[in-house]
This record gives sequence, C-alpha cells and structure tokens, in this order.
Amino acid sequence: MALGQRLEKTIRAPGLTLAGEALALDLCGGLWLAQHRTLVVSDLHLEKGSAFAARSGQFLPPYDTRETLACLHEVIVRLDPACVVALGDSFHDSRGPERMEPGDRAMVAALQEGRDWVWIAGNHDHAVSEGVGGRYAETLTVGALTLRHEPTVDAPEGEVSGHLHPCGKVAMRGRAVRRRCFVTDGRRLIMPAFGAYAGGLNVRNAAFEPLFPAGFTAHLLGDGRVFAIGKAMLSKD
Amino acid sequence: MAPTGAGKTLAGFLPSLTALAARPASAKPRGLHTLYVSPLKALAVDIARNLDAPIAEMGLAVRVETRTGDTPSHKRTRQIARPPDILLTTPEQLALLIAHREAADLFAGLSCVVLDELHALVTSKRGDLLSLALARLHRLSPGLTAIGLSATVREPDELRRYLVPQRIPSPPEEAEGGPAMAELVVVKGGAAPDLHMLETGLTLPLAGHTAWQAMPAIYDLIGQHRTVLVFVNTRLQAEYTFQELWRINDANYPIALHHGSLDATQRRRVEAAMAAGQLRAIVCTATLDLGIDWGDVDLVVNIGAPKGASRIMQRIGRANHRMDEPSKAYLVPANRFEMLECQAALDAVEAAAQDTPDARLGAPDVLAQHVLGMACADAFDAVQLYEEIVSAAPYATLSWEDFEAVVDYVATGGYALRAYERFAKILRGPDGLWRVRDARIAQQYRMNVGTIVESAKVKVRLARGVRGKPGAILPKGGRVLGEIEEDFADTLTPGDTFLFAGEVLRFEGLSEDEALATRAGPGTDPAIPSYAGAKFPISTFLAARVRALIADPFEWDRLPRQVSDYLLQQRTRSVLPGPTGLLVETFPRALRYYLTAFPFEGRLAHQTLGMLLTRRLERARMRPLGFAANDYGIAIWLNRDVGEQIGREPDFLEALFAEDMLGDDLEAWLDESAMMKRTFRQCAVIAGLIERRYPGQAKTGRQVTISTDLVYDVLRKHQPDHLLLRAARQDAATGLLDVKRLGMMLRRIQGRIIHKALDRVSPLSVSVMLEIGRERVYGEGADEILAEAEAQLLEEALA
Repeated sequence: MALGQRLEKTIRAPGLTLAGEALALDLCGGLWLAQHRTLVVSDLHLEKGSAFAARSGQFLPPYDTRETLACLHEVIVRLDPACVVALGDSFHDSRGPERMEPGDRAMVAALQEGRDWVWIAGNHDHAVSEGVGGRYAETLTVGALTLRHEPTVDAPEGEVSGHLHPCGKVAMRGRAVRRRCFVTDGRRLIMPAFGAYAGGLNVRNAAFEPLFPAGFTAHLLGDGRVFAIGKAMLSKD
Repeated sequence: MAPTGAGKTLAGFLPSLTALAARPASAKPRGLHTLYVSPLKALAVDIARNLDAPIAEMGLAVRVETRTGDTPSHKRTRQIARPPDILLTTPEQLALLIAHREAADLFAGLSCVVLDELHALVTSKRGDLLSLALARLHRLSPGLTAIGLSATVREPDELRRYLVPQRIPSPPEEAEGGPAMAELVVVKGGAAPDLHMLETGLTLPLAGHTAWQAMPAIYDLIGQHRTVLVFVNTRLQAEYTFQELWRINDANYPIALHHGSLDATQRRRVEAAMAAGQLRAIVCTATLDLGIDWGDVDLVVNIGAPKGASRIMQRIGRANHRMDEPSKAYLVPANRFEMLECQAALDAVEAAAQDTPDARLGAPDVLAQHVLGMACADAFDAVQLYEEIVSAAPYATLSWEDFEAVVDYVATGGYALRAYERFAKILRGPDGLWRVRDARIAQQYRMNVGTIVESAKVKVRLARGVRGKPGAILPKGGRVLGEIEEDFADTLTPGDTFLFAGEVLRFEGLSEDEALATRAGPGTDPAIPSYAGAKFPISTFLAARVRALIADPFEWDRLPRQVSDYLLQQRTRSVLPGPTGLLVETFPRALRYYLTAFPFEGRLAHQTLGMLLTRRLERARMRPLGFAANDYGIAIWLNRDVGEQIGREPDFLEALFAEDMLGDDLEAWLDESAMMKRTFRQCAVIAGLIERRYPGQAKTGRQVTISTDLVYDVLRKHQPDHLLLRAARQDAATGLLDVKRLGMMLRRIQGRIIHKALDRVSPLSVSVMLEIGRERVYGEGADEILAEAEAQLLEEALA
C-alpha cells in the first residue's frame, strides 16, 4: 500500500498541533502521532454486549468486540504503529476479559505482536491487564503530551484524554447529522470513543464547558473524511 | 360484516346476553363467559357503558367490567380471582392475561370472544399478536365461539380464516376441504352515501395539499350543519386547516383540533365537548377514524386525496351513525391531481368497491414476544406450542425451522456465536419442557408487551419571555402544548418557526427533554415545512382507477373542466400515460436535465424507486443531483442530458427500469437507509432485544444507552440473516418502503415504457416538479451537510 493511500483516511491539517506535537486525526477515531509512531485509541468498551447480557438479560449481538478489534486491525495494518495506547475504558467492566471469546483474545494478541501496547486505566476497567497482554499505566507521557483517561480541568497544556465520548451534531435545512468527534482548543484534545457500542455525549453538554472555557473546534468523523466544525455551528441535543 | 352504523357491536353481544340470561342462578362458580377485544381503550369503555343500559332494562344479573392500562392493580387482581361475566379489553391486555399463571383456569370456561373493528386490527402487528392470543384461547377452551365484527372488506374470507383454528397441514389451502373458516353474516345495504366533490369554482393549483381555496366554502358548510368532522391526511394539514378556519371564524363557531401529537388531556377535552354536542366542527387526522360515537355528526368533510376507497367509506360512515339515513360527505381536493383522485373515489364508492389491504404474514418479532409470554404462563412443549401457533391464520405457513429459530432467539438471542448460553431467558428442563428463567424475566416481558412502538418524543413547552429583554426567555413555567418526535426536534435550530397546536411557534432551544418555544409574531410563516405524520400512499386500486380515468378521454366529461383542460394540454404537448404502461418524459430546464416518470404507485414506493434510479443513473455517469416524489410520479434532475442518452441507446430506459434493481442495489441501499434503521428499532423493541422507553421515565445520558443504529450496523455485518434483520426486511417490503408494490409495478411496465423527449416541461411534469423543495433532497449525504458546516468555520477564520 502506498504511503499516500495509507494516510488518506487521516487528516494532515498542517496547523493542527498540541503542545508543539503534530496531530493526525484518523477517520476511524484514532489519533496518530507520526513522529512517535504511536497510535492512540480511546474507550474501546470491549465486551459491552456481554456485560448487558450478564447484568440485565438484554441479548445485544455479541459481535461488538470483534467489530471493534476489526476496526483496530484495519488502522494498525494501515499505519503500522510502534506503540498502541488504549486510553482507558478498554473493557466495559472489569470482568470483561474473562468473558472474552478465545478468538477475540487471540486477535488482541496478534495485534500486540511486535509492538509496545499500553492499557491506560479507565473508570470502567481499573484492574485490566491480566491475561490480555500489554502493559498497564495510570498515565503515559509521549513527547510533550500527557495521555490519561479522564480529562482534568487544570491540566497543563498537552493533555490527551477520552472518557466523555464526544459527539457533535450539525442541524441544517431540516436534517441533523450526529457523529463522533475529536474536540480541541489547541491546549487539550478529547478523543472520540472507538468501541462499536459506545454511545456519545454532545459536545455542547455542560460537561465540556469547564474544559474548554475559550471555546473549541470539533473534528467530526464523516463518511469519507474528518470535518473541522466550529462550536457555533454545533447544535445541542 | 356490516356497513358502518349498522349496530353490529351490540349484535355481537346478543348471543352472550341470551346465554347468560338463561343460566340458572345456582350455576356456581361462575367464570369468565365472554371476552370482548377492541383496538381502542376508549372504545372498550364506551361499549361497557352502552351494555349497562340493556342489561339493566332486562334485569339481568350480568357483571360487565373493563380491563385496560388504566385499571388499578387491586381491581386486576380481583378480576382474576373473581372474573366478571363479560370482560372488555384490548389486544395488549389480552396478551398479558394469557401470559398470566392463572390463565388456564381463567379461560377454561370461556364461551365467546368478540373481536371488534377486526378489519382495522388485522392489517397490523397488533392483529398478529391478537391472532396468537386467539389460538391460545381456542386451546384453553376448545368449545369457544369467536365472533369478528368488521366493516365491509374486500376479502371477507381472510377474516373468516382468522377467527378459527387453521388445520394442519399448512398451507391451509392444501388441507382437505379447504381452509377452516368462520360463518359469515353479511348485513346488506345501508342507505347509499350522499357524497360529492366540493366545487368552489376556483382554479386549483397543480400541487400542494393545503386546500386554502376551499376554506370559505368549508366554513359555510360548518355554519349549515350541527357538527362537522373535517378529516385531513397529516398533522401538518390539520394544523393548517384549523388555523385557516379560525382566521375566518367571524361567527365564533366552536371549532376544535384533534391529532395524535396533542397533549392527551387536551384530546380528552375535545372528545368530551364533542360528545356533549358543544362543538360545531373538529379538524382531525386518522385518530378519529375508528367507530366511537362521539356526538351527533351530520357532515363529514375530507380534505385532500382520499387515498383509498375503503378508507374513505369508513370515514364517511362517521357521519350520521344511523343505517337507514344516508351519510353526507364532501371530498375536498387540494390540487388538480386530487380532483382526479376524488372522482375515482366517488366512482369506487358508487360501485361499492373495496380496497382493504391483503392479509398479513405473521411477523417473527411478534411471535418472539408471544413465545416468551407463553413461557411466563406455564412450561411449554415446543411441538405443542408450534401446533397451536400454526393454527393462527397469519402464522399458518410458519415452518418448524423458523419456529425453532424464534425459540432460540427468545432463549439466547439467536446468535451464531453462542455467547449467551449461560444467561438464557428460557431453559429446557430434563422433562423437555421450556420454562422462563426467573421472575425478573417475566417482569421484563410484562413491561415490554405490545406491538405499538412510539417514536421517542419530546414535550413542547411554551416558554415565557423576559420583560424588557427581547429574545431572552425563562426556561420554565409555560404550559405544555403537546409532543413532537425527537427526530423532528433534532433538526430544529433556535429561531426556526413551525406550526403546532394551532399556532406558529418559534423554537428557542432544548432544555433537558423539553423543546422550548415562544409564540411567533402575527403574520409569521412557519419556516419548517413538516414533521413526521402518517402519510398513507394512494391504494393500488384507486391508482388504477385514476390511470384509467386519465387514459380514457370519453370519461373526462365527468371531471371538472379545469382537469379535463389540463389533461387535454398534456395530450397536445406530450402524451397521456396509458392505463398500464409507464410514461417517462425528459426535458432540459435552467441548465439542468430532468427525467420524470408516472407510475402512480404512491409516495413511499416512489421514494424507494427514486433512490434506486439515482444509484443506477450515477453508475451510468449521468450525474444525478437529486429527486422528488409524490403519490403519482417522480422527478430526477441531472447534470447530463439523459434524454439524448435514451435517444442514442434504445435499451437504456428498459435497463434503467429493469426489475433487477430490486436485487443488490436495493439490498445495499436498504442496509444504509434511515427508514430501515427505524424499522429495525421497532422490531427490536417488539421482540424484546432492547427495552421500551416509557414517557416520564428519566432519560439516561446518551453515553450509557445503547443506540439501535449501532446494534444494527454490527448485526448486519456479522450475522446478516439474523431473525430481527429478516423481520425488519419483511416489514420494509410492505411498510415504509413499499418494495412489494414497486416490484409489481416494475413487472407491469416491462416492454411498455413510453419515452417522450420534450424541449420543455409538460403539464403533467409540472405537478411533480412542484414537489421539489417541499421534501428533503434524498441525494444529500451526511458529508455534504458536514462540509457546509466546515466551510462556515473557514469563513470565520478568513473574515
């Protein structure tokens, strides 16, 4: 695969940086730090389907884990990262790894083969790391960036986080489009959820306000590319 | 089967009352004798009232009670312990009753079940649910007599099969002596309706559905009658008509509005005022279609296209509920095409022709709900339950394999990946019987029963302005006007104006789960054209009559002059569409090229056709830009001269409309279509895959709830033949996408396409061209919307 083709799913907006680090936002919802050959994905929520079955007797299709892993496989093959960071809530609950199908477990192992793999601690899956390979960390520093699950209000410049599952809505001429998105104000970046069954929280929700006191730009994942959309053009739910 | 107003409901109770009267007083203990099921809770309550009088007059010791969603729990418990003689209820409540642990005892002595308004019930999933309950009742009480009450329908035999257990083997036609059928009693006659098309003498437009020209004439009719029911086809039309009538209401007649989005208490108030004879007119949608005797209606006015012959006859029957006097009604066309449709409907009514829909094939999602219910009632043997289910007419052709798949779905979700075995909802014991896992699952079943899936709604609250601060509003305090679909609310941006509850409102924003709105200033036009409302397509039967009317100039003298003139112009400038073939016109206009076609198959089928044709035209590099559809035809606009292409390549048109478009293209489009996702959601709720959201239930954050769209995407990728996807496709064939009808049309027109290359738009094409801009442009994808929003950011940056 030619390099141009490999990167066509990521935007390479020249100005998009955080604490001096160049960011590439991939259409799959991953963050590509080319200089460090590091791929960051957030909120995989693996085994969410089986968590519902175990807890409430709702039998959602049990294919969310393999679907999420297939998307992850696609981007990993395309970018060939030296390091993959899962930014917390990688499993929907702490018993998720136990319920994982052997085939899916093997898929995780295959993805980890030959690269560094870091599970960042989330609020759903504090104690994950047993039996699913990789290493485990509360936070991680990559160049000038700090990677952690939950955004912190008074973080210094360069925080990359997830947790909130940001989603942007554009309403126009009697149509509404709601998509997962990256959110940034140039000081911090909040990642979209990557998991197949992960829901979304509208970026105009009050939860985002203290994090972006001076406004933000949302980068919505469209069908064919990523779209940079100003706060003013985004609707509330 | 009897015409509306024949008094069939009370007739249905006569055998029961006779039997109960003849019963010796010592006959104890007395169980439930007669069960009455109606589609409307209000109707059940109404009938109970109407039964009380004759029972009291005859001095019978007969206890009549209702059981609806409003019945208090202590009464429900008592009704099971000490059942009344006659119980009046709804299909949903009956489903709950047969899933009750005491069901076998409760219904063991049941003699009679009366199903009212059966013609309305059998056309929907509620009819499937009821058929399964009926099969269970026949098993619990083998001597049971089932009586169906119906308006006149096209195929009475379908209803006759519905009432009695179908014999095995299936299909029932192969059974010895033909399918089992109930006896048929037909009440003939009834006075012929006094039905006319309203002539205003004004020239009607070629498109549009508001009928604004007719308002003064309708207002005059209101002045000349006691109570007038004004039927319209959509909620938007209801809002518009109500507002227009009040604008000219110099005499201050009490005119009310009634449609499904209005606040329930407001609707009850309108119904009560109508029953008390306090209203001169009610503007209403299909919500008042069914036979409740509210008030003394002496005229029915139907605005817009009649859509179907049976449908219009049932509406007309709402006037003058006495069989020996004619019902008086006016049909009011809103445009010239609707004049044609009105004339076709008049002809059909005169010929007493019916076009009620075909019998349904039972839906698998409803069956899944029922199977869980049966496990809640008692342990079941799969073979026995299968035999019971195929005795219900809609499920008579169900194969054992498909039944097993449903049981597997109920137990563990029916997934090829056997991930949920240890969480199974129903389990097969060592005795081979299936039982529900625990009381929590039974509770889940009870919360989920029924087949009506309301789309998520948000309340519309009138916000108060802040004194001295124009534009500022107080978030709370105003009154709730009703509800709008969440999907519609989602598309509103602050400042948008829309018609609701009889006023023009300005959308101010969303607060929690409410839409806040203020009254727009006088003279404001609503900017947002429409919100989701039932839009029935024209029936195949009526469409055929319209086509025949157009094709035969000898019939035109029965049409209003402006319509025959219009058709004459069409004949001069192009050609008239024939009674069976398809007319396709192409012409250039304002730097674009247009292709119009007139299949007359209804808006839903045309929208599906439009999607498929644009895909094909795109592949043929004709660069289509969008399309619009109405009940009669479609218009597609393109960047390349499609007319010239057709001239150069004689087979182009036949290939474009070839039946194989219903293959891969349809599948590919269906899978992405928003309507398909909505259909899937309904199936998923009915089958219990996801739980219902109840009104008033706290709305949990979107990041914790599961979106059915995500579930749909994952499922179709990993198990495309899953039961629920099959259920959704079965619905799409006849429901929102009308694929079945489209298929019939494509077969009909093969080798009969007539192409006219014109140098300008024809009179016929104008009517569908006028739809452009009224409807969403379906060609517009999500990325175009996002790109436009992105461009705004760029503009800000460069400004």
